[in-house]
Amino acid sequence: MSLFDFFFPKKPPSASIAKERLQLVLAHERADRDSPDFLPRMQKELLAVVAKYIAIKDDMLRVSLGKEGNTSVLEINVEMPSAAKPVKRAANA
Amino acid sequence: MSKVIVVTSGKGGVGKTTTSAAFAAGLALRGHKTVVIDFDVGLRNLDLVMGCERRVVFDFINVINGDANLQQALIRDKRIENLYIFPTSQTRDKEALKREGVEKVMELLRRDFEYIVCDSPAGIEHGALTALYHADSAIIVTNPEVSSVRDSDRIIGILAAKSRRAERREKPVEEHLLLTRYSPERVKKGEMLSVEDVTEILSVPLLGVIPESATVLKASNTGMPVILDPESPAGRAYEDAVARFVGEQREMRFVMPERKSLLRGWFGRAAS
Repeated sequence: MSLFDFFFPKKPPSASIAKERLQLVLAHERADRDSPDFLPRMQKELLAVVAKYIAIKDDMLRVSLGKEGNTSVLEINVEMPSAAKPVKRAANA
Repeated sequence: MSKVIVVTSGKGGVGKTTTSAAFAAGLALRGHKTVVIDFDVGLRNLDLVMGCERRVVFDFINVINGDANLQQALIRDKRIENLYIFPTSQTRDKEALKREGVEKVMELLRRDFEYIVCDSPAGIEHGALTALYHADSAIIVTNPEVSSVRDSDRIIGILAAKSRRAERREKPVEEHLLLTRYSPERVKKGEMLSVEDVTEILSVPLLGVIPESATVLKASNTGMPVILDPESPAGRAYEDAVARFVGEQREMRFVMPERKSLLRGWFGRAAS
């Protein structure tokens, strides 16, 4: 890097920023597109079940479908709150 | 054998109707019997771009509902032999394009026409899905701009999942990328995504590049497909794209900044 470039750094042309942003967002959207459409529903139902017993927030349970070699892998990630508290249940439950 | 071509993009305002008009005219000029259909129910515009707005009597919905037959609704172009326009209705009922009705109309058209060009509405709702459903080929109209490229990618996904060919597990819809409103000068300055950028991102074979040109507005002002304007660079680029579509080899034009001679620099400005 020359001294000139150091003092007057060139901004990347806006077209290359556009390309980078597009590639990133499309990679995400394509992954979503290829997943079966029952996944969001299943995630919601699983969340409802877990939330009955442990106080977790909506974004703490993630469901995804991936591939490892020839087998499809259904991955369910549940993040536990640091001090997992059981949900208080009504006395008569 | 007839071929159904959908002109689609997801995003609005990128040049679907301009492309449908130019493409249908181009195919007809080459001697193919062609009909161009407006699928944008409620926002009819193909008639204006084709310059036949005062000749619309019956429309697509009339035919679907059995109020008119196909022959009554088809408008024969006065300039180009073999070219017919099938206007849509201005009804506000977006679901008026009933699936069975459209199916029947497409079947009838397939008997009579070599090429059936479907001008899709913007969006991914009922009208757009109906327009692409019957397609054998798709022309994906894209501007070198982030939102247009993203929406094109979305519509490519929908073509692969929701078309009749996809439903029946037949050979997938043949995809063609048409890059419109391209400005080589701005690409050179790094202000605009290049042909290479867009084809790399979308990975769809390139059918043509249509340069940004004032003649496109001039053509729609007067209701003439831009391909009929011999002075228009966009018209020439459409001509090339149509030729490639039917299998001819044509070199890409209008992708490099124009080299202006000194004389053209001085005198050419007034003319362009």
